[in-house]
Amino acid sequence: MLEFRKEIFADERDDNLNEIGQPTQRQDMLGHVTGRTRFFDDHAFEGLLHLKVVRSPHHHARIRGIDTSAAERIAGVRRIIRAADVPHNLNTLLSLIGFGRDDEPALAEDTVRYVGEPIVAIVADSEATAYEAVNAVRVDYEVLPHVLDVEEALAPGAPQVNPAYPGNAFEYHDLYNHQKLRFGDVEKGFAQADYVLDERYQMSPIEHAPTETNGSIAAPETNDRFVVHTSTQALFFSLGTSAKLLDLPSNRLHFIGGTVGGGFGGKVDTLTEPLSILGAMLTGAPVRYVLNREEEMQAGPPRGAERWYVKDGVMNDGRIVARQLRGYFDAGAYTRLSSYAVHKCTAHIPGPYTIPNVSSDVFCVFTHRTPATAMRGFGVTGVDFALECQMDKLARAIGMDAIEFRILNAYRDGDMKAHRREAKNCALIECCQVAAEKANWPIRDEFKQMSSMTGGGGERAIMPVNAPARYDAPQPAAAQPPLQPAVAPSAPPPQPAPAAQPAPPPAQPAPPPQPAQTDQKRTYRFSSVVGTRRR
Amino acid sequence: MTKTPLQFRLNGAEKAVFTEGGQNLLDVLRREVGDFAPKYGCGQGACGVCTVLVDGEPRLSCLTLAETVQGQAVETTSGLADGPELHVLQTAFMEHFAAQCGFCTPGMLMAAKALLDTNPTPSRDDVVEAISGNICRCTGYEPIIDAILDAAHNRRRSA
Repeated sequence: MLEFRKEIFADERDDNLNEIGQPTQRQDMLGHVTGRTRFFDDHAFEGLLHLKVVRSPHHHARIRGIDTSAAERIAGVRRIIRAADVPHNLNTLLSLIGFGRDDEPALAEDTVRYVGEPIVAIVADSEATAYEAVNAVRVDYEVLPHVLDVEEALAPGAPQVNPAYPGNAFEYHDLYNHQKLRFGDVEKGFAQADYVLDERYQMSPIEHAPTETNGSIAAPETNDRFVVHTSTQALFFSLGTSAKLLDLPSNRLHFIGGTVGGGFGGKVDTLTEPLSILGAMLTGAPVRYVLNREEEMQAGPPRGAERWYVKDGVMNDGRIVARQLRGYFDAGAYTRLSSYAVHKCTAHIPGPYTIPNVSSDVFCVFTHRTPATAMRGFGVTGVDFALECQMDKLARAIGMDAIEFRILNAYRDGDMKAHRREAKNCALIECCQVAAEKANWPIRDEFKQMSSMTGGGGERAIMPVNAPARYDAPQPAAAQPPLQPAVAPSAPPPQPAPAAQPAPPPAQPAPPPQPAQTDQKRTYRFSSVVGTRRR
Repeated sequence: MTKTPLQFRLNGAEKAVFTEGGQNLLDVLRREVGDFAPKYGCGQGACGVCTVLVDGEPRLSCLTLAETVQGQAVETTSGLADGPELHVLQTAFMEHFAAQCGFCTPGMLMAAKALLDTNPTPSRDDVVEAISGNICRCTGYEPIIDAILDAAHNRRRSA
């Protein structure tokens, strides 16, 4: 049964909150239990055609030729769609908010960059005929070297994955090949620490495996528009992306969605709608493009893999005095949402703890793997896994209780965060106390009496003066030097640093001051890092 | 392609359609008859979202050749309610928040109905066994199991 603890932050509440704490029926529940809920595929169309795509069997290959003649001869094949048929065959999902370079075609032109990348679409009278024709298409590939590991992708001589980003890393503001955070001086922190722990963590890609696979049905409407029933979780991303790829004004597209048979983030990318609509445009008939289960698993985007190096310095009394992170997000072959995940991740570092010296470098890396997408807290989940494993190990190392250790280091109201924002409305201490109580986990009285509202600020609010101008961070083993202006996409990648294991070199003398990112005239913001809460 | 006439009862009503060789029951129900309650999830009998009852037995309609239901009684979630009166399972699913996205719900309800029709006093293990072929990616199953046990209880009480 739900329990609502009103005594926590009682003096901050001025309302009754009479909805929270009691059950409220979902408005769609009656439809679900009666089988009347209409998902995208639960719509009947007379003369419905079926679209299936030819997919790359290679991680990386040049397409030397495509022979569709045998497929064309199959009875019931209505239309074969090639890259040249897509009016504007290049996009990036976040281009709708002006973030990143167009880097992904709807159908591969001359190169495939991951196993499962669509190359040719077949529209046919039945699914069986469409599959038959897909199998009859002959693609002549010249297999190219591929790279599947994030650090190998940043190493000198690695195969180039995505021509929009020659260095195999997303370039923020067309200038930075990673997201950087500097606060205080981690080397000084490590020097004063009683104990230093340096660990590596990794999270594999994770498939959402919704029971309903990704799909859509597009049909010509009476008013020269196209109606599109879709499984998308991001209706306006799908609408905008389709309008851009097909070079149509968006008011010619009538998207109907919102009823999703399980998404968990895996239905945010625009996977099927542009080709369904293009199929309907080219045949004049309703066209259905649904991923089968194998396609959903292989070509459907997963939560991306992450690799983390976390180095912490801790005092014997439990205070963490330095935290240094290096992270690699595996975007797969195309950007999609991974650039944003890295943004969000950096905003989350160093976790909900007040640490006077913090340094982090997070890369959004391109590899020849299935493009990654959103999934339940993406950008935060992987780094939190690493940080909380690290917290347990640190507590053990200094012989401190794991929950007391977190309470000791937790943000308190008035503390200065590594992002140079004051911590407000903190609640980690209270969460730890309630969790310990519920789990019958003994914590000492002094920790039971601590509060997020006391003990913050003061020394804990000091802004390190030298921090914004310094970037004497360790260089990645193989990555490009940070803060180096990015080269134009056509130019060769900058000379990478000599290969070495990712152990940080000794601190360098501070280079001449450079403007910090926060001083940039063009500032980019995401909603998850701004916003205010009532106090 | 040759078409074969097929007659069966769907939720008590006579249906007559033409099927193609190899066409499965799920496809016939959805595309030929227009009953969209059973869903396509995998086409391989792995997920259970296409579960229907054939003469009272739970069947994966994606793996059932349509012509094999000639003359038989097929039940789907569309026919579970008695007019405006919800089935005891439907009410229990609502009360226990046993559906989130709702995609597995029609198949889950059919698997549960098959259980309650043959075993009015199922144990928790019986319920787990009965829905073991039905994947739900949202709820974590506990609310579904609670709902089915509660429905069995309510049905016994009102009987």
